[in-house]
Amino acid sequence: MTDTPRAVDSSVDDQPATGDQRQRWLIEKARTGDFTAFEMLVQELEPRVYRLAWRMLRQSHDAEDVTQQTFLSVIEHLEQYRGEATVAAWVLRIAANHALKLLRRRRGMMVTSWESGRGGDNEIASSLPHPEVIAPWRETPADLAERTEIRRLIDEALIELDEKYRLVFLLRDVEGLSVRETAELLGLSEANVKVRLLRARLQLRERLTRVLGDESRRAIPEHSHPPPPAEGNKV
Amino acid sequence: MNCDELLRALNEYVDDETVLALCREFAEHLAGCQPCQIVVDNIRQTIQLYRAGELHPMPPEFQERFRRALRERWKAKFPNSEV
Ligand SMILES: [Zn+2]
Repeated sequence: MTDTPRAVDSSVDDQPATGDQRQRWLIEKARTGDFTAFEMLVQELEPRVYRLAWRMLRQSHDAEDVTQQTFLSVIEHLEQYRGEATVAAWVLRIAANHALKLLRRRRGMMVTSWESGRGGDNEIASSLPHPEVIAPWRETPADLAERTEIRRLIDEALIELDEKYRLVFLLRDVEGLSVRETAELLGLSEANVKVRLLRARLQLRERLTRVLGDESRRAIPEHSHPPPPAEGNKV
Repeated sequence: MNCDELLRALNEYVDDETVLALCREFAEHLAGCQPCQIVVDNIRQTIQLYRAGELHPMPPEFQERFRRALRERWKAKFPNSEV
C-alpha cells in the first residue's frame, strides 16, 4: 500500500515500541504482578510527574512526596485504569490530585484561590488584557528550551502567574489533560477553565514575547492606532 | 469578527486547528490580520516551550527512597511476585 520504507522493529517480542501503546502494554503486564514492567512504566513517566509536581508546588521536597504518592496510588489502583485516557494522562491526573491535596493542606481550611465561588471570571469580555508586544520570536521553542537562562525565564513567568491561572495552564496546556478533566480536578466549570486558560496564555505570551520577540519585526495592533482626531487636513 | 473577538475565541482555537478551520469568521479574520497571526503563533510557541521545558532532575537520595517504597508496596499487593 505504502511506498515509504518501514523501519524494522528491533524489538523481538510483542512489545509495542512507543508511547501510549507501549505504556498500556506495561500496565497490562504490571497487573499480573510483573514488577519489571511496572518499573519501566515508572521510569518513563516519573520525569513528567515530578516536573508537574514541581511546577505546581515550587518545592522539591513536596514534589518528591507527590511523585512517590502518585506511583504508590498507581500500584493500588492498577486495575482501575480503563483505557479511556492515555496512561500518561491517567497518571498525571493522579499526580495533580495529590499535588492539589498538598496545596489545600498548605492553606489550611481557607478557600483556595483556584476554587470558584467569587465570580470575577465572568467579566472576561470586558477586561481581557490586550496584547502589547506583538512580534514573532527570534528562535524556535525547541532551540530555546535548551538554554539555561530560558528555563529560568519560563519558570519565573510561571511563578508570576496567579495560581488559579497557573494550575489550569499546567494541567490543560502543558500536560494535555482535557478541559473536562481539568475542570473536574480543580472543581471548576468547563467555562471557567477556558476563561482562565485564555488569561494564562495571554499573560505568559506577553511576558515571554517581551524577551523572545524580534523587535525589528514587531507588529502594531490595530486597536492601539485609533484614527487621529480631525485636526485639519493632514495627508 | 474583529481582533478583540478573535482574542476571546483563543481559549478554544489555539490547540485545535480543525475547530479553527470550521469557524469561517475566525479563519477569515486571521488570514487578513498579521498581528492576530503573530499572537496565535506566540501562544502556540509559548505552550510548546513549556512542554519542551526541562524536566527537573530528581535528587539521587530521593530515587533510592522512592524505589524502596515502591518495592514494599508492590510486595504487599503481589506477595508472590519477584521483586
Ligand atoms: Zn486581528
